[in-house]
Amino acid sequence: MAWTTSSITSASAIVLFLHYITLSLSQGGFSFTSPMAKSPEEQHPVNVVGWAAEDSSGVLAPINISRRATGEKDVTFKVLYCGICHTDLHQIKNDWGNTIYPVIPGHEIAGVVTEVGGKVLKFKVGDRVGVGCLVGSCHSCENCANDLENYCPKMILTYNGIYHDGTPTYGGYSNIMVCDESFVISIPENLPLDACAPLLCAGITTYSPLRYFGLDKPGMHVGVVGLGGLGHVAVKLAKAFGVKVTVISTSPDKKIEAIDRLGADSFLVSRDPDQMQAAMGTMDGIIDTVSATHPLLPLIGLLKSHGKLVMVGAPEKPLELPVLPLLTERKLVAGSVIGGIKETQEMINFAAKHNITADIELIPMDYVNTAMERLAKTDVRYRFVIDIGNTLKN
Amino acid sequence: TKTRTQSLKERERERRKNMAISQDHNKAFGWAANDKSGILSPFHFSRRENGDNDVTVTILFCGVCHSDLHTIKNDWGFSQYPIIPGHEIVGIATKVGKNVTKFKEGDRVGVGVIIGSCQSCESCNQDLENYCPQLVYTYNSRSSDGTRNQGGYSDKIVVDQRFVLSFPDGLPSDAGAPLLCAGITVYSPMKYYGMTEEKGKHLGVSGLGGLGHIAVKIGKAFGLKVTVISRSSEKEREAINRLGADSFLITTDPQKMKDAIGTMDFVMDTVSAEHSLLPLFSLLKVNGKLVTLGLPEKPLELPIFPMVLGRKMVGGSQIGGMKETQEMLDFCAKHNIVSDIELIKMSDINMAMDRLAKSDVRYRFVIDVANSFSSAL
Repeated sequence: MAWTTSSITSASAIVLFLHYITLSLSQGGFSFTSPMAKSPEEQHPVNVVGWAAEDSSGVLAPINISRRATGEKDVTFKVLYCGICHTDLHQIKNDWGNTIYPVIPGHEIAGVVTEVGGKVLKFKVGDRVGVGCLVGSCHSCENCANDLENYCPKMILTYNGIYHDGTPTYGGYSNIMVCDESFVISIPENLPLDACAPLLCAGITTYSPLRYFGLDKPGMHVGVVGLGGLGHVAVKLAKAFGVKVTVISTSPDKKIEAIDRLGADSFLVSRDPDQMQAAMGTMDGIIDTVSATHPLLPLIGLLKSHGKLVMVGAPEKPLELPVLPLLTERKLVAGSVIGGIKETQEMINFAAKHNITADIELIPMDYVNTAMERLAKTDVRYRFVIDIGNTLKN
Repeated sequence: TKTRTQSLKERERERRKNMAISQDHNKAFGWAANDKSGILSPFHFSRRENGDNDVTVTILFCGVCHSDLHTIKNDWGFSQYPIIPGHEIVGIATKVGKNVTKFKEGDRVGVGVIIGSCQSCESCNQDLENYCPQLVYTYNSRSSDGTRNQGGYSDKIVVDQRFVLSFPDGLPSDAGAPLLCAGITVYSPMKYYGMTEEKGKHLGVSGLGGLGHIAVKIGKAFGLKVTVISRSSEKEREAINRLGADSFLITTDPQKMKDAIGTMDFVMDTVSAEHSLLPLFSLLKVNGKLVTLGLPEKPLELPIFPMVLGRKMVGGSQIGGMKETQEMLDFCAKHNIVSDIELIKMSDINMAMDRLAKSDVRYRFVIDVANSFSSAL
């Protein structure tokens, strides 16, 4: 990984880093395929069709895999739609060095229940449901006890993870999902499944920090950096909280839709020094969705005293942190990743109440590789969603 | 009724009038640096006449803060010479203006890092003068009437009553002086970032110098478990035996650092030298908070992944407002918290600065001003 070796110099820091990699790798699992290990098709009884990447070229193609039979706490559902998250692109290309191939991505999954286990209480056949980025956690640590499964050290990712039974997890670019009831989200009737699927990652990723950092009070002024999958949902959610929203972007051409279509109150071109200067000290908080390396100093300058810059994008290399403005104006920089299941359900219910969905481009399954190429150039308004139900063929 | 702006303007007019009259009055004497060599030497100047809202303080002691060293050497690039530093001042009120209600002659008082603010903005109205955009620092600053402000390495100072603190009985003047900067600098973020809400939380203090040693004492008084984080083991015994830290973590010991991963609710980073935040972040639990108080010359390196994956944060803080500074002094008096000091004479100050540059002090120099100047002109 480029950023491990680039700028860390002390031996202790390198050790800590390797520990971090080990943690994420142990999550992804090691491919100690012994001669006796079963292939993905043979591990479980239920035959499933998906699209997977086999190597870091990231090219996706049909694959036969299998899923476990519906356990007593499991919910099995027919996948109708799956959103394409930028993380999917990072993972299929092994950008973070932790991908175990073959990988079936997809963690914005929506569908209809076909079977429930004997001990399932919250769902029945026919229910509209979704699964986001997590399918398991330890259920016994402090974080799990506080409904923060997303911070559980043993959390299990929806794909590229290792499940409790030791088998790899496969994501939503597939026709069937089997998931523990406690990680399944109920989708209210008034939310269209295709346009709400992206909320299961993009929605919770921006909802959670708006709530946790107190940026949800009417009359506050919040900036959203980057107008992509995360950014456009952040604008809608923040507006629904009664917050004044300014979109901060490098591209002036997104201004009209930011204001007219998404409802932002204003638009700031970050490359325009005059605009940035005029907006200094005006924001209570900023949600930064940008993953590319970018300077933090101008964003910190936009904050009022005691303001908060929250990173939800994931730049790979460490960024420079100017310390003086944090001290003289008591500002902070923080991070946040998705949210717990309880909060994800709360977010979906909030979205249903305010009629918030993602702006999507619905695509057939076989368009996915082209979609990935376009996503790499951020050429999408603002999320691709795969029409799994109609176009993923056996 | 007057508006705040009107009364402020009137105060300014009064002050200007006093200045014009008293150019030659109220002589003062101190030690100043004249250039970025930072060498301090005797300096004659004058303070303003005591205005209606002012308190004149005869200075007994002044702490030597690392900021004093940075400023006299122009490390931050905005020093305007000659500079008399010093913002940890304890003395006796010898004169109070007619509007002064909080102090009388003979009171023991303190003056810290700030001596002025606009007194009318949102920050000032919330007792957060330290975040006022028109904040006036005790030295190396200008007041709105154009006066250049000189600090506490001097025999007297004249300060608006709002920026004068009452020094509680039971708090010694010499060992209590550093609280006026170091004390409030750690006390304020402890409260703001929620470290004092529950007993038993775990605080790491990185760097054991002027700020760090006070952070340990105040942290313990708030019922926190405190671990000192340091590069070398040389300070371990005193950290635990004398300062009361619960444990000591050496950053250059990979196994100890590995064992400490994810164990701290908070870390206060007092180190000014350039360093990566990655090791400190790794010590934090999920939702952990890193408070940075040191003033490095260059930006620090912030690792994003660990921050995002653990909902961690890094925030800053700068001293505290006047109300909170008084609260901190009262808290320290109640808990018998003072700085560990080495008392020096004014004539030793240059030697002390050389030693401070090498962190060779346990843990704050304090200038015995009154006894240094008794033989002065």
